[in-house]
Amino acid sequence: MNRRSLLAAGFAAALAFGAAAPAAQAANDKVVIGVMNDMSSVYSYLGGMGSVVAARMAVHDFGGKVLGKPIEVIYADHQNKPDVGAAIARKWFDEDGVDAIVDLPTSSVAIAVQQVAKERGKVTLISNGGSSELTGKFCSPTGVHWTYDTYALAHVTGKAIVQQGGKSWFFITADYAFGHQLQDDTAAVVKASGGTVVGSVNVPLNNADFSSFLLQAQQSKAQVIGLANAGGDTVNSIKQAAEFGIVKGGQRLAGLLVFIADVNALGLQTAQGLMLTEAYYWDQNAQTRAFAKRFEAEYNGKVPTSGQAGVYGAVLHYLKAMAAAKTEDGVKVVAEMRKLPINDFMTHNGKIRIDGRVIRDMYLFQVKSPQESKYPYDYYKQLAVIPGDQAFRPLSESECPLVKH
Amino acid sequence: MLEWLHIAVPPAPALFGQLLIGLINGAFYAMLSLGLAVIFGLLNIINFAHGAQYMLGAFCAYLILNYLGIGYWPSLLIAPIVVGAFGMLLERFFIRWVYRLDHLYGLLLTFGMALIIQGVFQQQYGSAGQPYSIPDLLAGGQDLGFMFLPNYRAWVIVASSVFCFGTWFVIERTRLGAYLRAATENPALVQAFGINVPRMITLTYGFGVALAALAGVLAAPIYQVSPLMGSNLIIVVFAVVVIGGMGSILGAIVGGFALGVIEGLTKVFYPEASSTAIFVIMVVVLLVKPAGLFGRTV
Repeated sequence: MNRRSLLAAGFAAALAFGAAAPAAQAANDKVVIGVMNDMSSVYSYLGGMGSVVAARMAVHDFGGKVLGKPIEVIYADHQNKPDVGAAIARKWFDEDGVDAIVDLPTSSVAIAVQQVAKERGKVTLISNGGSSELTGKFCSPTGVHWTYDTYALAHVTGKAIVQQGGKSWFFITADYAFGHQLQDDTAAVVKASGGTVVGSVNVPLNNADFSSFLLQAQQSKAQVIGLANAGGDTVNSIKQAAEFGIVKGGQRLAGLLVFIADVNALGLQTAQGLMLTEAYYWDQNAQTRAFAKRFEAEYNGKVPTSGQAGVYGAVLHYLKAMAAAKTEDGVKVVAEMRKLPINDFMTHNGKIRIDGRVIRDMYLFQVKSPQESKYPYDYYKQLAVIPGDQAFRPLSESECPLVKH
Repeated sequence: MLEWLHIAVPPAPALFGQLLIGLINGAFYAMLSLGLAVIFGLLNIINFAHGAQYMLGAFCAYLILNYLGIGYWPSLLIAPIVVGAFGMLLERFFIRWVYRLDHLYGLLLTFGMALIIQGVFQQQYGSAGQPYSIPDLLAGGQDLGFMFLPNYRAWVIVASSVFCFGTWFVIERTRLGAYLRAATENPALVQAFGINVPRMITLTYGFGVALAALAGVLAAPIYQVSPLMGSNLIIVVFAVVVIGGMGSILGAIVGGFALGVIEGLTKVFYPEASSTAIFVIMVVVLLVKPAGLFGRTV
């Protein structure tokens, strides 16, 4: 290849690149919302395709168009791997014109994706992801943490159990960002309320057999065994704890993150008496029931989890704010989201703080016994409503750089 | 010195408990790797659908309980028969065509089948587990002093030991087993003696699959009955088979129990590594003895 043809090739390449750029911008004739979660593995029933259904319901209810452009919902499986999630996010933002990514269970992935979004001024609406660091150290001006977080779970469930006399704790912890955060948050509440932590064990994610860890917990003689895990891991640990006579032996289980699908998998016989914290339960009032009924009709008769319900609320609020702000610019839309009060079937006068945390009521539930349950999915009785400003971490304790102390 | 590594040495009774639990998990590994070893040893098929067939066993028990009201004990017989028959259909219509090809084709074919079976169940039942309770007869447990042993787990050890030994005995020590082994070495010759080799191979595959289904029924009350229960286990079980020696019946059984115990100990000393320990051992075994601990070098 001589110098001239090299030059020509370079010129052609430059032309090709130049031509590609306007094409990417031309794709911006619609608003695209990407649902990213675990579609195939341990957390897929918390969000999965159900979250896509919820996002589409919100788009439908909003009218299918915003700023005169059609709204499209796409989805992808991040396989619970931060690198996979970050790679999909980059492609979505840079090539596919995605404006916001929603759901994001598995905190390690949520943290990675929120970082990618922050660099580009794009929006993350996190519903199923739980780590309170998402609005702490890793907060973002374009990140909103919608449904719950580890701080609230630890605070509401942890405090209630210590107040009932569960003073010494042993933790069985999922060995990644979310599990460690949940353990740390709960341990802090336990200690602040006068309890002690006698030990803990870190278990690899997606573990089938917990007997070894339960035995360690049993031998620790702690009054309470805190399960700082989620999904299938929580279900298996509770089920096997029953088998090993943990509760009969006088120890108590604290499921720190338990969803209605987990209770269903456990069966009421095993799950009864368990205390748990959620942001939404389908059978709370007429509005929550109405949403559940619509959702069930769209999604094989499954009741919505709080994470899926949160996806609906987050998408609807995002679209409302976009219409009010009259722009797709992530920073401006999220600023508008903070201004508007949140009101839907599950959130009443909620608000978004500067660190991205949605402040809403949280509910302390107890799982019913088989005798108390009268109809399908009649699983919870409500013990307490905890106002958002008591459930979530106060801004004064926040490590978020956006908060000025 | 151990303290320097931040590893606490548990008291002896605690260790006994952990060893026993390791043995229980080993029982599952042994049963599953046994089925794989039978299928590989006699059919030369790397049966990647084994995890899905294990899951089918558990689901079969769950479905006949919820739709027909048939409980745990009959399931131990019915599920292996139903799933084994399904396995024989797969063998008859699909797997048969790849016997003469490279191992890789059998692996890919069965892997694809596993994905399809799993996908269908995931579509229908979601990824969350379905409940299946321990039969009343085996509820409760014994206090052994150093640990509380649930009756059901004790039953799992006994049942799987019996099945493992029985299988080993039939294949290595009976006339039927001799036919099978001979048919693997030289099918034409065995056929010449008037034995229907293709039918025997179909039945062998069905038997291997039935073993997986049986393990699934045994597992149903302990774990969740979920579409992914097999895919989580299959990789570990393959590592067990490789460590024991591909196709070696005894290697699969001994390897299964031994690795269960080793994994159990890892959970005490360094729990974070418990999901990795087996693979580290696999690498070491492959470096030192590539045919596996009990394998014959070809």
